[in-house]
Amino acid sequence: MNSHQDIRDAVAKLCTRFPNNYWRALDSKRGYPDAFIKVLNDEGYLSVLIPEEYGGAGLGLEAAGVVLEEIARSGGNPAAFHAQMYTMGTLLKHGSARQKQYYLPKIAAGELRLQAFGVTEPAAGTDTLSIRTSAKRQGDKYLVNGQKVWISRAEHSDLLLLLARTSPQEAVQRKTDGLSVFLVDIRQAVGHGLTIRPIQTMMNHHTTELFFDNLEIAADCLVGEEGKGFRYILDGMNAERILIAYECIGDCKFFIDRATEYARERVVFGRSIGQNQGIQFPLARAYAQMRAAELMTNRAASLFDAGEACAEQANIAKLLASEVAWMAADTCIQTYGGCGMAKEYDIERKFRETRLYQVAPISTNLILSYIGEHVLHLPRSF
Amino acid sequence: MKILVAVKRVVDYNVKIRVKADQTGVDTANVKMSMNPFDEIAVEEAIRIKEAGKAEEVVVVSLGVAQCQETIRYALALGADRGILVQSDDELQPLAVAKLLKFVVDRENPDLVILGKQAIDDDSNQTGQMLAALLAWSQATFASKVVLGEGDASVTREIDGGLETIKIGLPAVITTDLRLNEPRYAKLPNIMKAKKKPLEVIPAAETGVDIASRLVTLKVTEPPQREAGIKVGSVTELLDKLRNEAKVI
Repeated sequence: MNSHQDIRDAVAKLCTRFPNNYWRALDSKRGYPDAFIKVLNDEGYLSVLIPEEYGGAGLGLEAAGVVLEEIARSGGNPAAFHAQMYTMGTLLKHGSARQKQYYLPKIAAGELRLQAFGVTEPAAGTDTLSIRTSAKRQGDKYLVNGQKVWISRAEHSDLLLLLARTSPQEAVQRKTDGLSVFLVDIRQAVGHGLTIRPIQTMMNHHTTELFFDNLEIAADCLVGEEGKGFRYILDGMNAERILIAYECIGDCKFFIDRATEYARERVVFGRSIGQNQGIQFPLARAYAQMRAAELMTNRAASLFDAGEACAEQANIAKLLASEVAWMAADTCIQTYGGCGMAKEYDIERKFRETRLYQVAPISTNLILSYIGEHVLHLPRSF
Repeated sequence: MKILVAVKRVVDYNVKIRVKADQTGVDTANVKMSMNPFDEIAVEEAIRIKEAGKAEEVVVVSLGVAQCQETIRYALALGADRGILVQSDDELQPLAVAKLLKFVVDRENPDLVILGKQAIDDDSNQTGQMLAALLAWSQATFASKVVLGEGDASVTREIDGGLETIKIGLPAVITTDLRLNEPRYAKLPNIMKAKKKPLEVIPAAETGVDIASRLVTLKVTEPPQREAGIKVGSVTELLDKLRNEAKVI
């Protein structure tokens, strides 16, 4: 029995209530999956990581990953869920007792959405330490100024986990100091110093730009200690990569399931195209590589859940899974031929969706550079 | 009141089944298995009766291989209180299942047994009726509505001519039809709680029940491929073909 097979089965079953035409309709009108989120929340799957005393299931990242994988495998898009899951870690590990007591039960009950994470800026992507958005302490408040970009779901989330500079780079002893994490109530902030501008993308992803112009937030929005935010965020980044890897594995399974089914049934010249090794071999290869990526993903998650160092495994899992998802997507389109282009088969939609994961939340080259520098100890390149 | 619900592990209804090359049966290797959908309706009905305060305990029983424990755990996640697996690796035909269920009923003394009207794998539609006969209990099959009274139950049955409502005395066996209820989904916290609920495993050999098969499967084959139809030019041609080719009128 696979780990968490019971959770897999239950999520797969719930997903049958949201067939592919649900996701197709959302894609064409760029809608947010509110109905799906509500159902998964009501059944307790969105609060998988929240401890039991706050109304969640108190499970680890592996269980959370399984939920995402099954959503992706069904043909859905789990983006709204992964955001809530990896941002959760920062709040769980570093939030104050009061913050946890106030926010977690509401998030677990589905009354509050914590589905947005504000780190990237126009002039600072993976070089997170160069962010310029600042939060200046003024009495019992912070004044936030600056700009963020590629902030997904800001229009649909109630809360935003925001990374901002609280001390200038010149004023800190260690270059990793000086950044702080805040839990910002988006609903109160919009129109009072926060402007959200949506960015249209090639898939239904609800990403935005955020502009902060003297946004006042209460001092108790600070998560953990002032100046230590960078470290809090790093831990969340490993979680994010592992969760994205699970989604990619789910995408792979979607593409391989669909392609094999189609290859068995599609008859050309009196025989099913699945009989042709030109069709079979790419699918077999995608499957084999998917299984390898899956092992690495499970390994990364079990290390993370055991509280052990997992940056190498998390990065490799995300690299392998995102690449094989793209390969499986391409193979699936090729197997479907012209039908792969038709929206009604959902292959082209998932093809567009899975492309994202070689770029976000971190691009493939930066993972390779991490492995080169930190695992193989090659000279630093930037 | 205590309710016993029987659940069967079957090939998931979404799976496109394939016949094994040697024609001995259906391929179940690496195939998704789940609870027989009619049994899920039975579990739901039992839980609703308990939630309405009319029953104290819902016991789920399955018969078959060790993996049937997963099916029982699912029922526990939906809200049943405890589970029993009568474990056997042999093929269990409806009469053997009914006899094993009678063994469990004799041990548990439930007031009501609810089970699916049939399983979606072999579609036998026999177990409930056989169990009622072996126990000499009342039976109400194909239930689309169940109303419990004091020591009796009014059951609406889906029959060919429409709906028939009968009153039966308890204890009784009820088999469920599709429209009895819409089963709930398992909530994540309940899946976790289900892991801690008691599940007893009884080897079939220890029951002393004769489970030998009375029927031998000679072979299992795919249904014939449906051939393409034709378009007829006129009503006259249609009638001619129905009369002389299809010979149906």
